[in-house]
Amino acid sequence: MLQAGEWAYSDTLKEHFMNPKNILQGENTDDFDGVGMEGNLQCGDQMMVVIKVDKAHDVITDCQWKTYGCASAIASTSVLSEMVKGRTLDAAFHISPKEVAQELGGLPDHKIHCSVLGDKALRAAINNYYTRNGKEDKVKQEQSKVICQCMSITDHDIEDAVLEGARTYFELQERTKLGTVCGQCKDEAELLLEKFKHIHFGA
Amino acid sequence: MADMKVYFDHNATTPIHPEVKKEMIAAMEMFGNPSSMHAWGREARANVEDSRRKVADFIGAHEREIIFVGSGSEANNTVLSLFVCGTSQCIAGSKKRNTIITTKIEHPCVLETSECLAHRGVRVKYLGVDRYGKIDLDQLDGMLGDDVGLVSVMMANNEIGTLQDIEAITRMVHASGALMHTDAVQAIGKVPVDVRQLGIDFLTLSAHKIYGPKGIGALFVKKGTAYCPLIRGGHQEQGRRAGTENTLGILGLGRAVEMRTLEMPEEDGRLLHLKEVLRNGIEDNIEDIHINGHPTDSLASTLNVSFTGVEGEAILLYLDLEGIAVSTGSACASGSLDPSHVLLATGVDAELAHGSIRFSMGRQSSMQEVEYLLDVLPPIIKRIRNMSTAYIKGGLHAASR
Repeated sequence: MLQAGEWAYSDTLKEHFMNPKNILQGENTDDFDGVGMEGNLQCGDQMMVVIKVDKAHDVITDCQWKTYGCASAIASTSVLSEMVKGRTLDAAFHISPKEVAQELGGLPDHKIHCSVLGDKALRAAINNYYTRNGKEDKVKQEQSKVICQCMSITDHDIEDAVLEGARTYFELQERTKLGTVCGQCKDEAELLLEKFKHIHFGA
Repeated sequence: MADMKVYFDHNATTPIHPEVKKEMIAAMEMFGNPSSMHAWGREARANVEDSRRKVADFIGAHEREIIFVGSGSEANNTVLSLFVCGTSQCIAGSKKRNTIITTKIEHPCVLETSECLAHRGVRVKYLGVDRYGKIDLDQLDGMLGDDVGLVSVMMANNEIGTLQDIEAITRMVHASGALMHTDAVQAIGKVPVDVRQLGIDFLTLSAHKIYGPKGIGALFVKKGTAYCPLIRGGHQEQGRRAGTENTLGILGLGRAVEMRTLEMPEEDGRLLHLKEVLRNGIEDNIEDIHINGHPTDSLASTLNVSFTGVEGEAILLYLDLEGIAVSTGSACASGSLDPSHVLLATGVDAELAHGSIRFSMGRQSSMQEVEYLLDVLPPIIKRIRNMSTAYIKGGLHAASR
């Protein structure tokens, strides 16, 4: 007979869950140069990322966090906080959920969406730093494009649906109601579906 | 204490009873097909029928009213699916009664089957529950009518343990001319069940929730009740469920209910005391918690608690690292993105549903285990809250600190 199996998670993820790195202690964020928060408690995930920046070189010197969420949410913010130290703001801004998942030794498919908030919160913290330091010109908003005009569904909504499990056009429709009125967006939506499946799941 | 193992997930499944194990090991070489006429077959048949009598006795039924099935889910699917037959005139007199009433807190095997039936022409109505998980009898009264063929209400809820008054519900349902089913998988073996006293037409039970083997359950169908099999192609179970009998499983179920008869009476008070100690211990040592389920009309073994600002999967896994098994209503642990439908139906908000933990004890649960849990749990909650956004400045629960 086989013994109790390992967790659904990798050893690296388990280690970051058991001994999370760089948790922000207490409530005070005044010592930090940028603060970003994403998600909400009702959805089951919320992450806050705070950064200290070497202002001469725009390099992140410290990154701490708070996370409300499951083991993979906790571990992915922990590993992200390690990854960004020493990176330039520009490089940190472009860290993708896929890189975070790779650093953790992979995530189960249905857990990918738990790791996408960390990098969003990080980008919010970087933008917050730019705003505070009079570099508004460097603030990069997350730009979204409306794909389904009838139901007002954006490319970000499609990406979220893929991260939450949609793999076919039908499943995408079930989750977002996209293309359920006039249907003109079908081709574009299908292209995006394939793109996000490829980006996040290599499919 | 580091290597202490505590299994507080008995509503998921139970360890096999040593007496059941003994019975099944002894029967391991009994391979005959109960349908065969020779000695091997007759031996198997005798044992299957002996178990059927035991199960019938346990719930006050006649042995011909017991159908062995593969699981509680199969029994529930069978009962609900009768009504597709009903609406296509297989069952005389039921054509006009093509509405099913069930509740929002049923097990998914009832809810998903109901959804499927709705696509096949059956009308389905869902009863809401109050904040303790009790259905509203007035709402039921308003829904009943000459279009209703079946009402299905679970006896005890698997997540929060709330018990429904099946006897009163059945009286109302019968007065309106409909049939009554109860999914008693979580209640059987924990509270006394007598099908005659309840007046019920269909009842579902499962072996693995009462220290029996997995893969075997039973469906009670009151004598004379219209019936249609879900699985066809054999004369087994009086033509009501095709497939060669799971003889070992059936023997295990028979022995499991015998042991329940012996052990149930003393167990209830003992578990109730453990639950009180557990609840008081959590209330006294952890701030910002919410007890889910009914304070009194509830299974003695089941306690469901929500922890504000903490996600359930994290609690579950930190407890797992300490050797303690529990379950959670969090979305993250379920593979879906929605938290417990039961807790949402009781009006608990989504955050508290994500932060819910179910402790379900059983026949071997001890005070020592409860005390160990009470040692381990408060620091875990404190630790998770320390890393949670819910308690930071401006966070949702910051003010409560």
